[in-house]
Amino acid sequence: MQQQLTAKERMKIPRHHMIEQDPLERSRNFEEVNLGYTAKMAQEEALRCIQCPKPSCVEGCPVNIQIKDFINLIAEGDFLGAVHKIKEDNALPAICGRVCPQEEQCEQACVVGKRGEPVAIGYLERFVADYERKQGKIEYPTINKSTGKKIAIVGSGPAGLSCANDLVQWGHKVTVFEALHELGGVLVYGIPEFRLPKEIVRKEIDGLRKMGVEFVTDAVIGRTTTVDELMQEEGYDAVFVGVGAGLPWFMGIPGENLVGVYSANEFLTRVNLMKAYRFPEFDSPILDCRGKNVAVFGGGNTAMDAVRTSLRLGAKNAYIVYRRSEKEMPARVEEVKHAKEEGVQFKILTNPVEFIGDEKEWLKAVKLIKMELGEPDDSGRRRPVPIEGSEYIMDIDIAVVAIGNGSNPLIQQTTPEIETSKRGTIVVDSETMKTSKKGVFAGGDIVTGGATVILAMGAGRKAAKAIHEYVMEGKW
Amino acid sequence: MFKIVKAEFLAQDIKLFQIEAPRIAKKRKAGQFVIIRLDEHGERIPLTIADSDPEKGTITIVVQGVGKTTKALNLKETGDTIMDVVGPLGEPSHIEKFGTAVSIGGGVGTAIAYPTAKALKEAGNYVITINGARSKDLVILEEEMKQVSDEAYITTDDGSYGFHGFVTQKLQALIDEGKKLDFVLAIGPIPMMKAVADVTRPYGIKTVVSLNPIMVDGTGMCGGCRVIVNGQSKFACVDGPEFDAHGVDFHNLADRNKMYSVYEKEALEKFEHECKLDKKIEAIENAG
Repeated sequence: MQQQLTAKERMKIPRHHMIEQDPLERSRNFEEVNLGYTAKMAQEEALRCIQCPKPSCVEGCPVNIQIKDFINLIAEGDFLGAVHKIKEDNALPAICGRVCPQEEQCEQACVVGKRGEPVAIGYLERFVADYERKQGKIEYPTINKSTGKKIAIVGSGPAGLSCANDLVQWGHKVTVFEALHELGGVLVYGIPEFRLPKEIVRKEIDGLRKMGVEFVTDAVIGRTTTVDELMQEEGYDAVFVGVGAGLPWFMGIPGENLVGVYSANEFLTRVNLMKAYRFPEFDSPILDCRGKNVAVFGGGNTAMDAVRTSLRLGAKNAYIVYRRSEKEMPARVEEVKHAKEEGVQFKILTNPVEFIGDEKEWLKAVKLIKMELGEPDDSGRRRPVPIEGSEYIMDIDIAVVAIGNGSNPLIQQTTPEIETSKRGTIVVDSETMKTSKKGVFAGGDIVTGGATVILAMGAGRKAAKAIHEYVMEGKW
Repeated sequence: MFKIVKAEFLAQDIKLFQIEAPRIAKKRKAGQFVIIRLDEHGERIPLTIADSDPEKGTITIVVQGVGKTTKALNLKETGDTIMDVVGPLGEPSHIEKFGTAVSIGGGVGTAIAYPTAKALKEAGNYVITINGARSKDLVILEEEMKQVSDEAYITTDDGSYGFHGFVTQKLQALIDEGKKLDFVLAIGPIPMMKAVADVTRPYGIKTVVSLNPIMVDGTGMCGGCRVIVNGQSKFACVDGPEFDAHGVDFHNLADRNKMYSVYEKEALEKFEHECKLDKKIEAIENAG
């Protein structure tokens, strides 16, 4: 059927939109917002791909998934073939199909998108990954003969998982150490259930386990065991550090320690990892948001996750307070759209000056100031400048600060030979992800600062390749 | 799963546990803590490591049953397990030869102060310990403390044992006797730690307290445990838990620690109700 269509005809097919839960309904539950394509929709959407001879979408993907080929397989109805094609380059398609910022990557590069809407590459990736899982016919890649080499991976987030995925296939004995009690890193403590169901993360990790990866929870490398001990006493030939971003930043304004001011990390961790939204069935509480005014400060995906979570916890008013304009928001377009549909109120070009509490130090209001955009700053975005005399008070009960993370210092404190930048991130060779310490590699947010799941996965794969060469050849 | 190899009550509601955790036992230094989670539905709570035995691969914690989690933990017996034990977390106590060092413990804080008192003694300090309890039957670790002290004092609020009064009164008495104190460590309830800081401040005696804010991950990721020290926000889990007592904003710490009191009460009531039901069922079964 595909051969019968010309490129022009294909480009005339309108993009299939995602089936979503009704905004009002979903803003009160934790079920996944996007419900996924049907098989018919997926095949039709795949036909929109004009099969460019030199597919620019592949260049746009940080892990260079063979997008053109997998889409062609979908068009032919070979959904399992399509997911296997993706898995040649990406271990976690069900996750990436949900959380990647495709509009800045593959879909931005899509030629079809130059004249209309790009092919929905992300939704197609998600469709085939879900198809495979629902069929229950998950095919695992063949594992090479054992090399006898032991690799330790520190952190079970996207960087660590993708690194483990490659290394185990090449025949190495891989152990992943996780500080928390649950595996998945930011995929489980950070990204909410309604955007990425935890069941999916668990299934992906089970897959790695079946392939032979060993997982150790409750192990804080830098405290429980150091990198040196892993290499000298426990016999690991190489170590990959993928511990993610660490300490949440606060704004340094008065009142930030009032009761009711959370970091986004804590707010999301309580809900996602500790299941506080099911208190008292689960023991960890979170301040009651029902009927309350909740303000989230920041404009990234984490801010959107937090504000949409607050709605689901029953917030009466849920605000995003962001100091630049909507155009500069780092959040994915889809997250902003979803937030607005669900009733989140956006206060852009606004910055907090002070949190105000009552006599028991409970938050009751925030003093805000209006901003305007001035000259571009180092990031290339126009710098927000406060408008003098524009301060006003907004009543709020809960504040969530989502302005990013600094670096976790635990590994560097105990392994000072690993060079770090002024910001505390680990310095690596950008091709091999080698750190300044022999045998130690790093990647993901601990290297880049807060970034995306797919960039972390790309880094994990780059490191895997270099680790393989290093342990096999012994040359640093 | 982490196995409990020894469980015994030291006083009413205060229980000592030895837990198999070889990696932590090997690593742990005085002043550090673990985070535990009892079961799938459990919360993560920090508990200071009172002692460890690297050879046996065990750590010791001493727990006062106050809320749901600590009360549920105190129902555990030898042979039972704890789902998660992670650590050692936090910065170890800063130990050096100060000269005369005073270790003050209030209630279960005595158990938390014990490893540091021991380390201070091993570092060659003249160690004075003052351990306070509400009454005689709540005094814990008296023998252990004596063994690491050059002078050991017990105080009780009701005068049923030792010095009648608060630990701060005993501390003040030592200062008034003209004892030159070079270092004070105080661990216990927030009002006690604040009171000790107030006593030593005018004399400029270096004073350290171990803080117990609410935590989740314990590795610096959530920032829930932030405390104000000398006007700056610090994370107790990675920067602490020990801080300069004279710089700590105890008022803020106390207020933040009350953040979930409504929920803690609800969880505890539910738990105690379920315990009662369990007992009733047991009684019916036994009668049957």
